Amino acid sequence: MHSYLFLLTIGAYAASLVLYLVHLYGDRRLAGQLASFSLAIGLVLHYLVLMERSHQIHAVPYEDLYGSMSLFGWLLALTYLGLELWHRQRSVGAFVAPFVLALFLAAHIPSGSAPHAPPAHGPLFAFHVTLSILAYAAFAISFVLSGIFLVQDRFLRGRKLAPVFWRFPPLELLERMSRSSVWIGLGSMVVGIVSGYVWVHRLTGTIWNPDVKNVVTLLVFGVYGAYILLGRSAAWRGARASALCVFNFVFVMLSYTVVNLYLSHYHRYF
Amino acid sequence: MEIVLIGVNHRTASVEVRERVAFNPEQACRAADELRSRGILEETLVLSTCNRSELYGVPPETQTDSASKMEGFLTSFHRMRPEELNGSLYRHHDADAVRHLFRVAAGLDSLLLGEAEILGQVREAYRLGLEHGATGPVLNRMFQGALEVGKRVRAETEIGARPMSVATAGVKLAERIFGKLRGHTALILGAGSMGEQVVEQMRVRGIARVLVANRSRERGEELARRVSGECVSWENLDRALEWPNILISSVGADERVLTRARIEKAMAARGNRALFLIDLGVPRNIEAEAGELYNVYLYNIDDLSEIVEQNKTARASEVPQVEAIVEEHVEKFQSWQASLEVTWLLEMLREKLHGEREAFLKERLAAMTHLSAEDRERFGQITEELLERLVVSHAERIRADRELRRKLQNLEALRDLFQLSREKH
Repeated sequence: MHSYLFLLTIGAYAASLVLYLVHLYGDRRLAGQLASFSLAIGLVLHYLVLMERSHQIHAVPYEDLYGSMSLFGWLLALTYLGLELWHRQRSVGAFVAPFVLALFLAAHIPSGSAPHAPPAHGPLFAFHVTLSILAYAAFAISFVLSGIFLVQDRFLRGRKLAPVFWRFPPLELLERMSRSSVWIGLGSMVVGIVSGYVWVHRLTGTIWNPDVKNVVTLLVFGVYGAYILLGRSAAWRGARASALCVFNFVFVMLSYTVVNLYLSHYHRYF
Repeated sequence: MEIVLIGVNHRTASVEVRERVAFNPEQACRAADELRSRGILEETLVLSTCNRSELYGVPPETQTDSASKMEGFLTSFHRMRPEELNGSLYRHHDADAVRHLFRVAAGLDSLLLGEAEILGQVREAYRLGLEHGATGPVLNRMFQGALEVGKRVRAETEIGARPMSVATAGVKLAERIFGKLRGHTALILGAGSMGEQVVEQMRVRGIARVLVANRSRERGEELARRVSGECVSWENLDRALEWPNILISSVGADERVLTRARIEKAMAARGNRALFLIDLGVPRNIEAEAGELYNVYLYNIDDLSEIVEQNKTARASEVPQVEAIVEEHVEKFQSWQASLEVTWLLEMLREKLHGEREAFLKERLAAMTHLSAEDRERFGQITEELLERLVVSHAERIRADRELRRKLQNLEALRDLFQLSREKH
């Protein structure tokens, strides 16, 4: 990989993080606009990094854990930027940008060995994986938003209003953004699961294979589906829904780490 | 080029005095016309708000003691005796006048530190003066600078952020929960003035519906009319509690009007939708335990007052940063002013030296009858060149000086040395 491309991506993401923080703590609009711009630049550069990696290993970039994390970070930034534009709310950026930067850096820790050339999987498989990781990214954003909701709710109940409190998004908006994010996650997951089953069917002639990942993915789908359904009743809106969303992310992390690395035979890195 | 400011504000004059020297837009235009037609000022601008009346002006170069003439004008314009303004009027000149205006635009001179309204008032006063043709290059530059300071201060510091009154604190907290208030409903219990203030703020913020419930139906209806709301019967209060997102209570009662049990029942009936309770009553109207209920946020008058106090302190801590911005712009203005002054002074210097050279040559060459007209012309050219080289070219270096304080000192020295007073030669 060209080191300058790698460094430029880190620079763009780091700049967006700093600018989002300046925007949050200093309430400076220009800093917020520049933060979004830096994040967008980072996304483009990151895309080039992913493409370069693909060319090097002659495969999709998520063939190993590092590539998968890199794609995770890229989709996280992309989903967040989409939500930011949709809801016109930038103060959450300061909480998402560290994850994007951390995932990108972790994805490029020298692994000690060169990536192996994998067997070709085809576009349907690539579609399945990309959408699955997009779902993780969307759930990660809903986790961050719900976390901010709980912190702000605590501030409000405790009547201890730190200066930064006045710049957080309102509770109702945080909940709406979180719900939008979960919807994106569920939508991606459904299409991702279906394309995965179709791919398996083409390969083996059967739909089901007894992989732990399948069960855990359905569990993740179930808990987020429950979040959406419960959120329809006012009794579950607010702190309870946010706490549930934070809790649900445990299953996502479980699926992405423990299940991928130790329990699944077919899903090693996504 | 001199800048003079005279005025009164909330610190120096009582409201009675401020009322008497206030200008409406028509009076401001008339005063500007009169000040210029009487030759007191060449450029002028009136800034008149409920907290201040100020006259900014650039007097003619030949004039002395412009401030006294402006004071005389101010008292005669408002038909007052001069002694009525004794001790109330302040005067500022040049950099101090510029600094004063910039501090005003930044909200540092406001009754409520950092309030944003003043910037709009400065903008409006400038627009009026500009459209009326009362301002000129100096005041234009000065007021544009003030608007820039105002904008920068609000963008770069916290001085204008955060609520500064109990009413706005209540509204801002509601916005922290619900976001924009459009589409939301508020219920006021009691006809207290504090509750009315909060609702007025909410109306400004676009709240969709206001309900009023008061023990005295008549007073409730009166308040509902004032806030463009609907009056609901006190007897139907339990039913009414199902509708609002925000409840403001300012009932004069010894017992708690809303107990935890009552709100719990209402929350069950409204499907636990979030409810923001603002208890402005003393003694309190709402049982404190109600704040423990799910999706209920309860703030009483002390909680809101504490937020206001915290914010006042936070705003005050921003003052040094704001002062730094003001100083930066004062220096920028002075630098611009000095560059204008250099041009003017050098023009005067050339004119003066040229005149003296002419007189000198005329006197000395009168006796030298043997010189031809060509020689005399040549003498003239050489002495002109000499003057340029010896004096003017050195003075030109002042123009290039980047250090503002030295530049201003040198200008003053040049003025004294060659007696280039404000009088036109």
